[in-house]
Amino acid sequence: MSYTPDRSQYPAKKADGTLDIDLTSGKYLKLWQGPNHPGITGNMSVELTVCGDEVVEGKTHVGYLHRGFEKLMERRTFIQCFPIVCRICVPEPDFNEYCYAAAVEELAGIKSPERSDWIRALILEMGRINSYLMYLGGQAGALGLGVIGQWTTYARDLMLDRFEELTGARIYHMFIMPGGVRDGLPEGFEKRMEETLREIESILKDVYEVMFCNAVFKTRTVGQCVIDPAWLDQYGITGPNARAAGVAKDVRSDHPYLVYPQLDFEPVTGKDSDIYTRADVRRRDLLVSVDLVRQILARMPRTGPLMAEVPNVLHWKIPRGETYIRGECSRGEYGYYLVTDGSGYPRRVNVRGPSYTHAMSLLERMIVNVNISDVASLMVSLHTYPPEIER
Amino acid sequence: MTIRDVLSPFTAWKNLFRDPVTIRDPFNDRPGAPRYRGFHQNDVEKCIGCGTCETICQNGAIDMVPVAGIPTKQGDSGLRPRIDYGRCCWCALCVDVCMTKSLTMSNAYTWVESDPDAFRFTPGVDKKDWDDAELDYRRPEEHRLTAETRIHMGEMEPAERISSFAEIVDGYSVTEARLEADRCVSCGLCIATCPTHMAIPDYIAAVRDGDYERGVKLLYETNPFSGICGRVCTHKCETTCAARHEGDPIAIRWLKRHIMDRVTPEQCRAIVGGPRPPTGRKIAIVGAGPAGLTAAFDLAKQGHAVTVFEALAQPGGMTRWGIPEYRLPYDIIDQDVDIIRSVGVDIRCNVRIGKDITLEELRNTHDTVLLGLGLQLGRATRIPGSDHADVRKAVDLLRQATAGEDFRTPHTAVVIGGGNVAMDIARTLARLQKAAYGEVRVTLTALEEHAHFLADPNEIKEAGEEGVVILDARGPQQVMVENGKVTGLKTWRVRAIFDEQGRFAPSYDESDEQIHAGSMVVEAIGQMTDASLLGDALTEQLAWNRGRLQIDAGGRTSEPWLWAVGDMVHGPDVVTAVADGHRAAASIHAALITMEQRT
Repeated sequence: MSYTPDRSQYPAKKADGTLDIDLTSGKYLKLWQGPNHPGITGNMSVELTVCGDEVVEGKTHVGYLHRGFEKLMERRTFIQCFPIVCRICVPEPDFNEYCYAAAVEELAGIKSPERSDWIRALILEMGRINSYLMYLGGQAGALGLGVIGQWTTYARDLMLDRFEELTGARIYHMFIMPGGVRDGLPEGFEKRMEETLREIESILKDVYEVMFCNAVFKTRTVGQCVIDPAWLDQYGITGPNARAAGVAKDVRSDHPYLVYPQLDFEPVTGKDSDIYTRADVRRRDLLVSVDLVRQILARMPRTGPLMAEVPNVLHWKIPRGETYIRGECSRGEYGYYLVTDGSGYPRRVNVRGPSYTHAMSLLERMIVNVNISDVASLMVSLHTYPPEIER
Repeated sequence: MTIRDVLSPFTAWKNLFRDPVTIRDPFNDRPGAPRYRGFHQNDVEKCIGCGTCETICQNGAIDMVPVAGIPTKQGDSGLRPRIDYGRCCWCALCVDVCMTKSLTMSNAYTWVESDPDAFRFTPGVDKKDWDDAELDYRRPEEHRLTAETRIHMGEMEPAERISSFAEIVDGYSVTEARLEADRCVSCGLCIATCPTHMAIPDYIAAVRDGDYERGVKLLYETNPFSGICGRVCTHKCETTCAARHEGDPIAIRWLKRHIMDRVTPEQCRAIVGGPRPPTGRKIAIVGAGPAGLTAAFDLAKQGHAVTVFEALAQPGGMTRWGIPEYRLPYDIIDQDVDIIRSVGVDIRCNVRIGKDITLEELRNTHDTVLLGLGLQLGRATRIPGSDHADVRKAVDLLRQATAGEDFRTPHTAVVIGGGNVAMDIARTLARLQKAAYGEVRVTLTALEEHAHFLADPNEIKEAGEEGVVILDARGPQQVMVENGKVTGLKTWRVRAIFDEQGRFAPSYDESDEQIHAGSMVVEAIGQMTDASLLGDALTEQLAWNRGRLQIDAGGRTSEPWLWAVGDMVHGPDVVTAVADGHRAAASIHAALITMEQRT
């Protein structure tokens, strides 16, 4: 099965390399994709210029979710920012909590207790599992495999139950505080977590059979929308998008944080860098996270303090300073740039979500020459969460 | 692409025979997890309405509102948090920071109403289904957002302090003070409790910021006796501090002292500033104690000519003549008084009204007269033998000790009383005995049981450490006199101090009799005012209320030219006297302004 596009209608290139699109010529059509999109790309839209059923130009439009978090935080005390940050990424909010807490701790000269570091790593891996499960459902859904989304949503719900009993909330956990974490593991948590992990593994087996060993899925994804490894630095590509291109970029092993140096894992990579490989890298990375959760639960200390001594949070002032804290989330490098000026409020908080580069510049480049019906699949395959773009 | 890729997707059909995983009735079948942060609960009896939850809420979802049936009282604002679920984000910072642990979150998460305004309620007051939920989120015991333990105040060891009258308490260093100030949550319950309503959270914030100039300015707005109160205030504020419910109260008194310690008298004078232009009004104040001098300070700042007449050799009243030097060094009193002088107050010592000048003369030469006489006479037990010359009043001895007079320190002494004055004289005698004879032999007997002593717990502890034998529930019966000399005190065990109607009527167990050896017996059971300077005619003319001058809210007596303030009208307490001084000054100033308008 192969597809040969009719290039006769294609726009010519101008001297500066941009396309000469004459919308009055009748050759082109403007198509607005999103923001209400059935996939998992959330509230962003792409303005497509199509020629026939092929995209010749795409522009990303964001702003549907803008709530001004970064600016809000400049008017909140350090502890009051803590419930805000998780809202910057709905499916995997914990990286915001961790990065913000770690940045505040570094500037305030606080060391979080070891036990809390283990629990933080546990929560981050649980969040990664959830994020990948949601992605798998979205990736399959974008190509019409609706049942995968139902299975992974069920699996994710089981993990949300574990989140609920550990953190007291399902989506926005608000558990990783500057200074440590709120509480230890509830009684019997390990047993219930093991049951959940087994269920997730079993569901993943089904997902593998139905999604990855699927002629339709393969036809639509193998060889599609390849990321050239040479683009990695140009576009700031990180995470599974980079690893599927064969580059073992992983903040967990490149710039270890929390307890990752004590854990045994290898970054998952792929070769072909197409949609299929990216999906497969994420599926295998999910299994790594399942293993990491097991490792953490087996090795974490059960006693010891959970919070470092923090000043009275109501008037906590942090000396002048700036820092950048990063971590490897399910979509790539997640970073928080925090500037303090000695007052009780952050001077500047800048959130570096991987979706910013993936969904803006990279998508605009990759979307050219893609068939309209594959646009959704491409968008999902970059695994973007728009709230990170418009903090 | 293999044949497997064509067939494998059909394995999904195996799910045709599985039951759905969806929970059919989540309202009943799916309770929240034990830690689930659902709708709020509040134990309104435990809650003190400090509003810290409101302060920390970044959504502004919490309003402190008055609630019917919960009156405002000391240490309780009478307000309770009302939560708006249109704003709440379930972060539970309010629960984590709650100073009494009264606020919790139930595991209930479903609430259906047709009225959108219904989702705003006062937990614990508006009854809800989840009020008695067994599972709820409570702050984990070790999870603290504010420090619970008070920064230790260094003080002299008992062996060292008993050998001199040097000040016992070290005072905080800058670092210690900042750490202690950091514990405050700025709820302001203390302001309402403080008799003079000092801006406590604000001056604590000044300590945190290291801005002592701002601190002094705030202190002097309400209390020109801050150096003194920073050491000996009865700190009622600390008994209502929100931090005391789940930890130690903030050391408010020591932080006040810290501010005063960090500024020089010159800086202090500059910060306090000078008086307003002269008004031409003259005010006479009798008694240079905290009440009289506070009124003098306020009135002088308003531009009135104020003269204070003091019968004793130096100003300060009971703070100087009653409180021993190891608690309040005399130079601290001098510093506070000097600043009061610096705004133009004329203090004339060694002038006894009624003897050197009559009250009538004062009235004729001044627009108004203010009496701040204090409680300078000790009360007597009137037990057999108490008329002996070696049965002394604590206030007299303390005055003599301050003046440096020799009253022949007894080898052994018995003190009657369980209040702060009793502790003061017992500890003063202990120091004098230590210096004179090398050992402490002071016995203190009090009517109350240990738990109900009127004295400050610290005073009791320190007196014990210094060798004073403290006996509780002992009622004095007779001073033992042999060959014309006092040999001790006979006491019986107290059964009850008050009768069934709550009146003071001690009953004793006569079988439990003890004789406490002592060549001097000191009575420290209360004080009264020597109001003889009023003269018979004026005493007759004035209105009285149970032995005290009757005054209005501003301290004015039934004679329009005469005001009375301080211990003589409101009982012994420095900071209450300061508050009294302010009130009387305001009242006098208002009266003088009115007179001005009339003429």
